[in-house]
Amino acid sequence: MTAPTSISRRSLLQQGSALVVSFALGAGLPRRVAAQAGAAADLGKPLDPRQVDSFLAIHPDGSITVYTSKVDVGTGLRIAVRQMVAEELDVPVDRIAFVEGDTALTPDQGGTGGSTGIPRGGVEIRQAAATVRQALLKLAAERLQRPADQLTIAASAVWPVSGGSGIPFGTLVGGRRLSLEVNPKAPLQDPARYAVVGKPLARPDVPGKCTGQHVYLQDFSVPGMLHARVVRPPAAGAKLLSVDESSVASIPDVRVVRRQDFLAVVAADEWAAVRAARELKASWSDVQTLPGSENLESHLRSSAVERDEAIVNRGDPAAAMPGSARQLKATYYWPFQSHASLGPSCSIADVRSEGATVWSSSQGSHGLRNTLARTFGIPQDQLRVIYLDGAGSYGTNGADDVAADALLLSQTVGRPVRVQWMRGDEHGWDPKGPPQLLDLRAGIDGDGRIVAWETEMWLPVTVPGTRPLLAADAAGVTQPRGQNAGLLSQNADPPYAAPHVRVVSHWLKEVPLRLSNLRAPGKIANAFAVESFIDELAAAAGLDPLAYRMRGLSDPRALDVLKRVGAMIDWQARPSPNPQALQGALLTGRGLAYVRYKQSENYVAMAMEVEVERTTGETRVRRVACAHDCGLVINPDSLRNQIEGNILQTLSRTLHEEVKFDRARVTSVDWAGYPILRFPEAPAVQVALLDRPALAPYGAGEAAAAPVAAALGNAVFDATGVRLRTVPFTAERVKAALARA
Amino acid sequence: MARYSMKVNGRAVDVESWDPGQPLLYVLRNSLGLHGPKFGCGLSQCGACTVLLDGKAVRSCVTPVRQAANHAVTTLEGLGTPEKPDPVQAAFIAEQAAQCGYCTNGMIMTARSLLNQTPQPSLEQVKQGFAGNLCRCGTHTRILAAVMRAAKA
Repeated sequence: MTAPTSISRRSLLQQGSALVVSFALGAGLPRRVAAQAGAAADLGKPLDPRQVDSFLAIHPDGSITVYTSKVDVGTGLRIAVRQMVAEELDVPVDRIAFVEGDTALTPDQGGTGGSTGIPRGGVEIRQAAATVRQALLKLAAERLQRPADQLTIAASAVWPVSGGSGIPFGTLVGGRRLSLEVNPKAPLQDPARYAVVGKPLARPDVPGKCTGQHVYLQDFSVPGMLHARVVRPPAAGAKLLSVDESSVASIPDVRVVRRQDFLAVVAADEWAAVRAARELKASWSDVQTLPGSENLESHLRSSAVERDEAIVNRGDPAAAMPGSARQLKATYYWPFQSHASLGPSCSIADVRSEGATVWSSSQGSHGLRNTLARTFGIPQDQLRVIYLDGAGSYGTNGADDVAADALLLSQTVGRPVRVQWMRGDEHGWDPKGPPQLLDLRAGIDGDGRIVAWETEMWLPVTVPGTRPLLAADAAGVTQPRGQNAGLLSQNADPPYAAPHVRVVSHWLKEVPLRLSNLRAPGKIANAFAVESFIDELAAAAGLDPLAYRMRGLSDPRALDVLKRVGAMIDWQARPSPNPQALQGALLTGRGLAYVRYKQSENYVAMAMEVEVERTTGETRVRRVACAHDCGLVINPDSLRNQIEGNILQTLSRTLHEEVKFDRARVTSVDWAGYPILRFPEAPAVQVALLDRPALAPYGAGEAAAAPVAAALGNAVFDATGVRLRTVPFTAERVKAALARA
Repeated sequence: MARYSMKVNGRAVDVESWDPGQPLLYVLRNSLGLHGPKFGCGLSQCGACTVLLDGKAVRSCVTPVRQAANHAVTTLEGLGTPEKPDPVQAAFIAEQAAQCGYCTNGMIMTARSLLNQTPQPSLEQVKQGFAGNLCRCGTHTRILAAVMRAAKA
């Protein structure tokens, strides 16, 4: 790391000079909490995911600590993983501590994404716990001079089956490490006898969140910490021409930090930093290179293609299509969307000569550690990233970028620095969920059965390497230029019987805005297109949409969720649209969609009832029913919370959300420009869980998002006879579509 | 530096600020260590920063500290604790009406204010009463259920 190119120090920074408390409340000054309990004592523990000690520690008092790189972003992982461990080891959940996302303490089980928290994070820890169970039986067998098969485990102790006194875990282990490899064949508890898994236990973080006691990253502080705000350019790539530091001379104790085109203000007082960032006068070069969001659909269609890929190639649809009884085609479009986290991203970095610590709400502590280390020239083993809760992130929001901001600033000013983005930073600069364009064609026979199907889609190509960090780019630091928004091409083929299917992706070299994974990447838009088009086929054939789907499926789990959702919504079998469509001022209808998430995981069927106001185009969802099969259910209440969240959030994305930008910058930079679902729009939601205790658990953080847009579009079609193929379904767009009908 | 007296969670405090326009939110969080209220937008658009000023919900991100002077401020911490929660807090916990929980402060403070004025609201009244509060995780149905539960408590 080289010295800063330009730093000005207008006045000596003095902590606390900006604002004094003369009578403190209770404990008074901002809480300085240990980042995560037990951290210091655990340093140096094993991290190798092959070792039991990397995942679990049994303490002398019999309590247990679990270590995982999977983090609980409001998803319930903290209770669910405890339940899995409690079940294998017969310990109460409240005797299990949970350390998450700390590169110095937790094994790298991958980042928290792709709904892998339970199926990878939890399942690996469960296997470690099962290994520990066998080890405890063996230790006790030696101690009690009895064969292990005459011993049993209950209430955090090993007991002779025949009766008599047992030995507590804490005594058996004696504070030592277990020094064992995880045994992939260690037997698991019999699901038929589960006592803790499957119970709706309350999440441990909720009381703190409801009383102001839960410590978010935004609430965390370290001694000597300064506050900073970054002044972003008016366009990505704009050059900083000049800075007028006198423009903030009236604000106390502010320091302007500049590194090439990276511009920030640092102050002891947070409000001073906020005001200085707002008032600092800087001039930037004029950059107008974006195509604008107005005609993005046609821009995508004409963008340069890196390569074409046949994602699915079954039979010969081109040959079969012309011979089919009827052919249909349609184009579906999904816009750029923002994670739009409710709290702007935040980070604290403390860079010292002996090593650096970064507190972050990133969903991938290890990935962030590796990226920051490489980018800023810090040896990986001297950089520790510690996760603390931020606002819900739903993928990679601004968290990684703000961590780079904080690290660069701490490195520059030699003090711990806290950076919290402002609202416009988060909406304007978070890496976005990509736009998706799909052309669909299908041929059906005289009974409406699919003969041939073709999906052609335009998607941004994945470029290996991490996405460029804003701070590093602005400061002129060389870094990889990766592009990755997740697995975008899944669920683009129909899950129904079809002899000839081809799905082709035109992987685009680049798209106008920086990308990242946004909840259920790619799958929502793909399922929107596929499940809407299936409805078009059913309507063309004059068939009931539920019966049409069930006829094309043979997997009993798929049929079960569809049957269930039909019962939940009192589905009346008939073709769409509703015979009363387009009669009267308030149009009502029902629609459904089915998705097997990633074509290999959760089975989700969703149905909803909508009403559309004919004069305004306003669409209101009255009721949503969801039948959900994710295999083994660990915690049904937490699971329901996730499913409900997927439904409401995706209704928001479908009804309201589109990132707007002009030739220079994102212009939808607050909640007025980027509206989301509001309470008066909240529908009644009913969720049915189809528990499969003998089967593996899938993650549930995303799957129920996938069918939402299609179910809504299908319900609007049923109500109005008008097919919506472009998201968001704003009132203006629906009104215009109704006027054309 | 100007000094402001106010009552915060039942206790008299004096705070000093170099800027009479400094939003109350920063005073509460950084000077008084009260982290219940959250910075969400700074624009009075989302509600995450909501506190009660003389019992009524206000957005502390746009309430200058001088306006709070000589008034009573209640934050989420002032309602109750995990051990002794206010009925609204208890209802939110019972319904597990939080995911990330970043908006929860605003939801509970808005509910407290709403129920102070309308102790037995209809579901529709609650929905309208929360029209200015944003939740990004999609916890709406649980939050509504929690407010209805609190009204019955």
